Amino acid sequence: MMKNNKQLVIIGGGPAGIAAAIAAKKAGIDDLLILERDQCLGGILNQCIHNGFGLHTFGEELTGPEYAWRYIEQVNELNIPYELNSMVLDITPDKEIRYVNSEEGVKRLRAKAIILAMGCRERPAGALSLPGDRPAGIYSAGTAQKLVNIDGLMPGQEVVILGSGDIGLIMARRMTFEGAHVHTVAELMPYSGGLKRNIVQCLDDFDIPLQLSHTVTNIKGKDRVESVTIAKVDENRKPIPGTEIEYPCDTLLLSCGLIPENELSQKAGIELSRITQGPRVNELLETNVEGIFACGNVLHVHDLVDFVSQEATKAGENAAEYIRGSKPASGHEIPIETGGLVRYTVPFEIDPLRMDKKQTVRFRVANVQKGGYVNVYVDDKRLIHRKKKIMAPGEMESIVLNREWLDENSQSIRIETEAE
Amino acid sequence: METRQLICINCPMGCHLTVSMEDGKVTEVTGNTCPRGHTYGISEVTHPVRMVTTIVPVENGEIPMVSCKSAKPVDKDKIFDVIAALKNVEVQAPVRIGDILVSNVADTGVDIVATKEVSRI
Repeated sequence: MMKNNKQLVIIGGGPAGIAAAIAAKKAGIDDLLILERDQCLGGILNQCIHNGFGLHTFGEELTGPEYAWRYIEQVNELNIPYELNSMVLDITPDKEIRYVNSEEGVKRLRAKAIILAMGCRERPAGALSLPGDRPAGIYSAGTAQKLVNIDGLMPGQEVVILGSGDIGLIMARRMTFEGAHVHTVAELMPYSGGLKRNIVQCLDDFDIPLQLSHTVTNIKGKDRVESVTIAKVDENRKPIPGTEIEYPCDTLLLSCGLIPENELSQKAGIELSRITQGPRVNELLETNVEGIFACGNVLHVHDLVDFVSQEATKAGENAAEYIRGSKPASGHEIPIETGGLVRYTVPFEIDPLRMDKKQTVRFRVANVQKGGYVNVYVDDKRLIHRKKKIMAPGEMESIVLNREWLDENSQSIRIETEAE
Repeated sequence: METRQLICINCPMGCHLTVSMEDGKVTEVTGNTCPRGHTYGISEVTHPVRMVTTIVPVENGEIPMVSCKSAKPVDKDKIFDVIAALKNVEVQAPVRIGDILVSNVADTGVDIVATKEVSRI
C-alpha cells in the first residue's frame, strides 16, 4: 500500500481541530490535513443550536452552528485540506495513521506531527449502573439533541432527565419547545453540574423541577420505557426508602458527564491522566509521545468553546514550531503539584525555558468553595494569592504564570485553593 | 408592595435576589453581591426577554433541518407564540446564515433568521 507523508495531521474537525489547523496554517504549515468522521466540519457545534457561544472570542452570543461557521470560513479561505466521512482507526507511536472512508477504503499516512482533537463522549447508560428494566427510550442527552436538532425527529413525549449537565438542561427546554412534557430533572449531587443561566432559562422558565440529591431507583417497561422512579439520596448517595416517586413516561435522558475520547491516543502509547482521562500534556500541549499534541475536549472537558479555540490555537502554533524544529528540546519539566480543592491542571508540567511568556494554566476544583483564595507557589514562594468569590466544579478556572517567575533552577510549582 | 424571588444568572454565585416593587416600579433589589445582580433583578421583573432558537425543515437541502434564531430577544411570555408560528414553516435550500426565514414572527416585531448554511442538492 502506498504511503503518504504529511507534515501535520489533525484528528477531528470540530472546534478544536479547526482552530488548531487554522493556527498551524497561519504559522506557515501548508502540508496539513484534517480528518473528520462526520459529513461536515464543526463537530458537536452543529447540533448545539442554542445561543451563548463566542462571547469571549467575538464579543457576541452566537449559536453553535454560527460559531463553527466563523472558523469553517477561515478553513476555506486558507485552503486547508480536509477529508470528511473519514474515520481514523489507529495511530502508532511513530505517527502512522490508518483511516477508512467508504469511497477509498483504508488509507495510511505518516505525519511528522499529529494534533489530537477527537473531543469527548457522554457517559453512557451502561456506565451508570441504572437499576430496573432495559427497554427502548433511554438516550444520552446528546443523542436526543442530534435526533431533534439535526434529524428533526422526536425521541419521545413524556420525559424524565437524569443528571443536570448543561446538555440535559438545554434538552429540557428543547423538548418542551417541540411539544414534549419534561417531568423533572434529577441530580445525584447536592449541586447542579450545569450553568446557573441554564437552570433559570431552561428549567425555571418552564416550571420544570430540578431535584438535587435525587437519582433513578427504577425503570419499568418491556419494549419501551413506561415509568421511571426517582428517590432522594442521603449524604452517601444511597436512596432513602419512602421518598420514591414514580413518573409515568416514555423517555429517560441521561446527562451525567462527559469523558474525553482517547481510544486512539492509547493505541499511540500516550499516557493518560486518571483524573481528566485525557493525555498528560506539557506546556506545549504535547503528549509524552514527541510530536503528538492534544487540545479541546479530548484533553479535558471544557465548559466554553471559546477556551477550546484558544487552547487549540496554541496546539496548532506549537505543532508548527515542532515541525520547523524551532523549539528547544525539553530539558527540565517541572510537574505542577495541586492542593486544596484543585483536581488537576492543564498543562500537567512546565519547562521554564519553553513556556509562554504568559502561560495559561487551566484547572478544575472538586467541590464548591465560596470565598477563599487561589494560591500559586514556585519553590515555596507565593506568587499569586487571588481572592475568589466562588469556585465550582462546573466552572473551569485559569491562572497565568509569568515566565520570569521560573528559571532552570526552579524545582516546584504548586497551585492550590485555600478556604477563607 | 410586591416582591419577587430570583436567582441571578450572571455568575456561578447564583445570588438569591429579592426584588421589591410598588406600582410596577422596582423599589429595591436585595441579596445581590455585585451591581450586575442589581441590573439583572430590575430587567427580569420589568421586562424579561429571551432568545428563541429552534429548527425548521428545509426542502431540497443537503440536510433535512436548518437551525434558526430570533434576530433579537423576544418578550419571555411570547416564546410559545413564536414556537407555534414556526410549526408549519418550511424553507427552500439554499439557505445562508442570516437569511430571514420569517419576518415579524408572531407579531413580535422580531425576525427569525437562519443560523446554518444549507446547500441545495
